[in-house]
Amino acid sequence: MEDRTVELRIPARTELIALTRLVVSTLALTRRELDEERVDDLKLAVSEAVTNAIESYGTDVEGKAVTVFWTEQSDKLEVRIQDVGKGFDLSRLAAHPPVTDSARLQFERGLGIPLIRSLVDEALFEPSEDGTSVCLSMYCGSLSYTGDPAAL
Amino acid sequence: MELALEEREIGDWAVLAVRGEVDVYTAPRLRERLIEIISRGARRVVVDLEGVDFLDSTGLGVLVGALKRLRSNDGELDLVCTQPRIRKVFEITGLTKVFSIHESVEEATSGSGE
Repeated sequence: MEDRTVELRIPARTELIALTRLVVSTLALTRRELDEERVDDLKLAVSEAVTNAIESYGTDVEGKAVTVFWTEQSDKLEVRIQDVGKGFDLSRLAAHPPVTDSARLQFERGLGIPLIRSLVDEALFEPSEDGTSVCLSMYCGSLSYTGDPAAL
Repeated sequence: MELALEEREIGDWAVLAVRGEVDVYTAPRLRERLIEIISRGARRVVVDLEGVDFLDSTGLGVLVGALKRLRSNDGELDLVCTQPRIRKVFEITGLTKVFSIHESVEEATSGSGE
Protein backbone atom coordinates (compact mmCIF):
# COMPACT_ATOMS: atom_id res chain seq x y z
CA MET A 1 0.00 0.00 0.00
CA GLU A 2 1.44 3.37 -0.91
CA ASP A 3 1.89 5.97 1.80
CA ARG A 4 -0.62 8.75 1.86
CA THR A 5 0.01 11.99 3.67
CA VAL A 6 -2.44 14.77 4.43
CA GLU A 7 -1.07 18.08 5.65
CA LEU A 8 -3.21 20.44 7.72
CA ARG A 9 -1.81 23.82 8.63
CA ILE A 10 -3.80 25.83 11.15
CA PRO A 11 -3.17 29.29 12.58
CA ALA A 12 -2.09 29.06 16.23
CA ARG A 13 -5.52 29.84 17.63
CA THR A 14 -7.15 27.65 20.25
CA GLU A 15 -10.61 27.94 18.70
CA LEU A 16 -9.27 25.96 15.72
CA ILE A 17 -8.27 22.91 17.74
CA ALA A 18 -11.84 21.61 17.45
CA LEU A 19 -11.47 21.74 13.66
CA THR A 20 -8.27 19.70 13.90
CA ARG A 21 -10.08 17.11 15.99
CA LEU A 22 -12.84 16.92 13.41
CA VAL A 23 -10.39 16.40 10.56
CA VAL A 24 -8.38 13.77 12.43
CA SER A 25 -11.40 11.77 13.54
CA THR A 26 -12.92 11.93 10.07
CA LEU A 27 -9.70 10.68 8.49
CA ALA A 28 -9.40 7.91 11.07
CA LEU A 29 -13.00 6.78 10.59
CA THR A 30 -12.94 6.77 6.80
CA ARG A 31 -9.48 5.39 6.10
CA ARG A 32 -9.05 2.74 8.73
CA GLU A 33 -11.09 0.16 10.50
CA LEU A 34 -10.22 1.55 13.88
CA ASP A 35 -13.00 1.14 16.40
CA GLU A 36 -14.67 4.19 17.85
CA GLU A 37 -12.72 4.05 21.10
CA ARG A 38 -9.36 4.08 19.31
CA VAL A 39 -10.49 6.97 17.13
CA ASP A 40 -11.48 8.87 20.29
CA ASP A 41 -8.07 8.08 21.81
CA LEU A 42 -6.25 9.40 18.76
CA LYS A 43 -8.46 12.48 18.61
CA LEU A 44 -7.72 13.36 22.24
CA ALA A 45 -3.99 12.71 21.88
CA VAL A 46 -3.76 14.93 18.79
CA SER A 47 -5.83 17.62 20.49
CA GLU A 48 -3.47 17.62 23.47
CA ALA A 49 -0.42 17.84 21.22
CA VAL A 50 -1.89 20.70 19.18
CA THR A 51 -2.79 22.50 22.41
CA ASN A 52 0.82 22.18 23.58
CA ALA A 53 2.06 23.38 20.19
CA ILE A 54 -0.10 26.51 20.32
CA GLU A 55 0.89 27.17 23.93
CA SER A 56 4.55 26.94 22.93
CA TYR A 57 4.11 30.31 21.22
CA GLY A 58 2.94 31.96 24.44
CA THR A 59 1.15 35.20 23.63
CA ASP A 60 3.16 35.68 20.45
CA VAL A 61 0.75 33.85 18.13
CA GLU A 62 0.47 36.45 15.36
CA GLY A 63 1.33 34.76 12.06
CA LYS A 64 2.22 31.51 13.83
CA ALA A 65 0.89 28.13 12.80
CA VAL A 66 0.81 24.49 13.77
CA THR A 67 1.12 21.83 11.09
CA VAL A 68 -0.42 18.41 11.39
CA PHE A 69 0.85 15.68 9.06
CA TRP A 70 -1.37 12.64 8.74
CA THR A 71 0.37 9.64 7.19
CA GLU A 72 -1.29 6.33 6.53
CA GLN A 73 0.98 3.35 6.26
CA SER A 74 0.21 -0.32 5.79
CA ASP A 75 0.42 -1.17 9.48
CA LYS A 76 -0.13 2.12 11.24
CA LEU A 77 -1.43 5.64 11.27
CA GLU A 78 1.06 8.32 12.09
CA VAL A 79 0.19 11.88 13.09
CA ARG A 80 2.98 14.40 13.45
CA ILE A 81 2.33 17.77 15.07
CA GLN A 82 4.92 20.40 14.31
CA ASP A 83 5.39 23.87 15.74
CA VAL A 84 8.19 26.39 15.54
CA GLY A 85 7.75 27.68 19.08
CA LYS A 86 9.98 27.50 22.07
CA GLY A 87 10.86 23.88 22.75
CA PHE A 88 10.54 22.32 26.17
CA ASP A 89 12.57 19.96 28.29
CA LEU A 90 10.63 16.75 28.77
CA SER A 91 12.86 15.69 31.64
CA ARG A 92 11.82 18.77 33.59
CA LEU A 93 8.11 18.02 33.52
CA ALA A 94 6.93 17.64 37.09
CA ALA A 95 5.99 14.15 38.18
CA HIS A 96 2.55 13.97 39.74
CA PRO A 97 2.14 12.69 43.29
CA PRO A 98 0.15 9.47 43.63
CA VAL A 99 -3.60 9.94 43.36
CA THR A 100 -3.93 8.98 47.03
CA ASP A 101 -1.77 11.96 48.01
CA SER A 102 -3.69 15.18 48.74
CA ALA A 103 -0.82 17.08 47.11
CA ARG A 104 -2.14 15.74 43.81
CA LEU A 105 -4.68 18.55 43.82
CA GLN A 106 -1.86 21.05 43.35
CA PHE A 107 -1.45 19.81 39.80
CA GLU A 108 -4.03 21.47 37.60
CA ARG A 109 -1.75 21.33 34.59
CA GLY A 110 0.70 18.87 33.15
CA LEU A 111 -1.78 16.08 32.51
CA GLY A 112 -1.59 16.40 28.73
CA ILE A 113 1.64 14.54 28.02
CA PRO A 114 0.85 11.60 30.34
CA LEU A 115 -2.52 11.37 28.59
CA ILE A 116 -0.91 11.37 25.15
CA ARG A 117 1.49 8.61 26.18
CA SER A 118 -1.37 6.46 27.46
CA LEU A 119 -3.67 6.95 24.49
CA VAL A 120 -1.49 6.08 21.52
CA ASP A 121 0.81 3.17 20.79
CA GLU A 122 3.88 5.34 20.35
CA ALA A 123 4.53 8.97 21.21
CA LEU A 124 7.81 10.54 20.21
CA PHE A 125 8.59 14.06 21.44
CA GLU A 126 11.38 15.92 19.69
CA PRO A 127 11.82 19.37 21.18
CA SER A 128 14.52 21.60 19.74
CA GLU A 129 15.45 25.25 19.58
CA ASP A 130 13.56 25.49 16.30
CA GLY A 131 10.33 24.05 17.61
CA THR A 132 8.84 20.77 18.64
CA SER A 133 7.78 17.76 16.65
CA VAL A 134 5.44 15.25 18.27
CA CYS A 135 4.88 12.02 16.40
CA LEU A 136 1.92 9.86 17.45
CA SER A 137 1.44 6.36 16.08
CA MET A 138 -1.49 3.98 16.19
CA TYR A 139 -0.93 0.46 15.00
CA CYS A 140 -3.74 -1.01 12.99
CA GLY A 141 -2.93 -4.70 13.10
CA SER A 142 -1.84 -7.26 15.60
CA LEU A 143 0.27 -4.69 17.42
CA SER A 144 -2.79 -2.89 18.75
CA TYR A 145 -2.45 -1.15 22.07
CA THR A 146 -3.50 -3.42 24.90
CA GLY A 147 -4.54 -0.70 27.34
CA ASP A 148 -1.56 -1.22 29.60
CA PRO A 149 0.52 1.98 29.74
CA ALA A 150 3.46 -0.04 31.07
CA ALA A 151 3.55 -1.90 27.75
CA LEU A 152 4.32 1.28 25.82
CA MET B 1 -19.32 22.62 19.29
CA GLU B 2 -20.25 25.46 21.57
CA LEU B 3 -20.00 24.93 25.31
CA ALA B 4 -23.30 25.27 27.15
CA LEU B 5 -23.57 25.63 30.92
CA GLU B 6 -26.83 25.32 32.80
CA GLU B 7 -27.13 25.75 36.53
CA ARG B 8 -29.80 24.66 38.98
CA GLU B 9 -30.14 23.93 42.65
CA ILE B 10 -31.19 20.67 44.25
CA GLY B 11 -31.40 20.99 48.01
CA ASP B 12 -28.09 22.47 49.11
CA TRP B 13 -26.33 21.27 45.97
CA ALA B 14 -25.45 23.55 43.09
CA VAL B 15 -25.70 21.46 39.93
CA LEU B 16 -23.88 22.62 36.81
CA ALA B 17 -24.76 20.73 33.64
CA VAL B 18 -22.10 20.98 30.95
CA ARG B 19 -22.79 20.33 27.28
CA GLY B 20 -20.43 20.38 24.31
CA GLU B 21 -16.66 20.20 24.12
CA VAL B 22 -14.35 21.18 26.96
CA ASP B 23 -10.89 22.05 25.69
CA VAL B 24 -8.30 24.79 26.11
CA TYR B 25 -10.57 27.20 24.21
CA THR B 26 -13.79 26.59 26.13
CA ALA B 27 -12.42 25.56 29.56
CA PRO B 28 -11.95 29.17 30.78
CA ARG B 29 -15.74 29.63 30.64
CA LEU B 30 -16.23 26.54 32.76
CA ARG B 31 -13.58 27.75 35.20
CA GLU B 32 -15.21 31.19 35.48
CA ARG B 33 -18.64 29.71 36.11
CA LEU B 34 -17.37 27.36 38.79
CA ILE B 35 -15.49 30.17 40.52
CA GLU B 36 -18.67 32.27 40.39
CA ILE B 37 -20.71 29.45 41.95
CA ILE B 38 -18.15 28.91 44.69
CA SER B 39 -17.83 32.66 45.29
CA ARG B 40 -21.58 32.83 45.90
CA GLY B 41 -21.07 30.50 48.83
CA ALA B 42 -21.90 27.10 47.36
CA ARG B 43 -20.08 24.36 49.23
CA ARG B 44 -21.59 21.30 47.58
CA VAL B 45 -21.28 21.30 43.81
CA VAL B 46 -22.15 18.67 41.23
CA VAL B 47 -20.77 18.97 37.71
CA ASP B 48 -22.92 16.95 35.34
CA LEU B 49 -20.76 15.80 32.40
CA GLU B 50 -23.41 13.69 30.68
CA GLY B 51 -23.75 16.17 27.82
CA VAL B 52 -20.00 16.50 27.25
CA ASP B 53 -18.72 15.19 23.93
CA PHE B 54 -15.06 15.88 24.51
CA LEU B 55 -12.93 16.61 27.57
CA ASP B 56 -9.20 17.29 27.52
CA SER B 57 -6.54 17.81 30.19
CA THR B 58 -7.39 21.51 30.45
CA GLY B 59 -10.93 20.55 31.42
CA LEU B 60 -9.59 18.09 33.97
CA GLY B 61 -7.42 20.86 35.38
CA VAL B 62 -10.43 23.14 35.79
CA LEU B 63 -12.30 20.44 37.71
CA VAL B 64 -9.26 19.72 39.89
CA GLY B 65 -8.93 23.45 40.61
CA ALA B 66 -12.59 23.72 41.63
CA LEU B 67 -12.29 20.64 43.83
CA LYS B 68 -9.23 22.16 45.52
CA ARG B 69 -11.09 25.43 46.18
CA LEU B 70 -14.09 23.66 47.61
CA ARG B 71 -12.12 21.27 49.80
CA SER B 72 -10.18 24.17 51.27
CA ASN B 73 -13.57 25.43 52.49
CA ASP B 74 -14.80 22.05 53.70
CA GLY B 75 -16.85 21.71 50.55
CA GLU B 76 -17.11 19.00 47.94
CA LEU B 77 -17.33 18.66 44.20
CA ASP B 78 -18.86 15.53 42.73
CA LEU B 79 -19.21 14.53 39.11
CA VAL B 80 -21.85 12.77 37.07
CA CYS B 81 -20.30 10.80 34.25
CA THR B 82 -21.38 7.54 32.65
CA GLN B 83 -20.01 8.00 29.13
CA PRO B 84 -17.08 5.61 28.68
CA ARG B 85 -15.16 8.02 26.43
CA ILE B 86 -15.22 10.75 29.09
CA ARG B 87 -14.83 8.47 32.06
CA LYS B 88 -11.74 6.96 30.45
CA VAL B 89 -9.95 10.32 30.71
CA PHE B 90 -10.43 10.26 34.48
CA GLU B 91 -9.37 6.63 34.67
CA ILE B 92 -6.13 7.11 32.72
CA THR B 93 -5.10 10.04 34.86
CA GLY B 94 -6.05 8.31 38.11
CA LEU B 95 -8.57 11.03 38.91
CA THR B 96 -11.34 8.50 39.50
CA LYS B 97 -9.73 8.14 42.92
CA VAL B 98 -9.82 11.88 43.53
CA PHE B 99 -13.39 12.66 42.46
CA SER B 100 -16.64 11.01 43.50
CA ILE B 101 -18.15 10.05 40.17
CA HIS B 102 -21.84 9.20 40.06
CA GLU B 103 -24.24 7.60 37.62
CA SER B 104 -26.84 10.36 37.86
CA VAL B 105 -27.50 13.78 39.35
CA GLU B 106 -30.08 12.19 41.62
CA GLU B 107 -27.49 9.79 42.96
CA ALA B 108 -24.94 12.56 43.47
CA THR B 109 -27.30 14.87 45.30
CA SER B 110 -28.70 12.12 47.50
CA GLY B 111 -25.25 11.66 48.96
CA SER B 112 -24.71 8.10 47.85
CA GLY B 113 -22.29 6.87 45.21
CA GLU B 114 -18.80 5.50 44.75
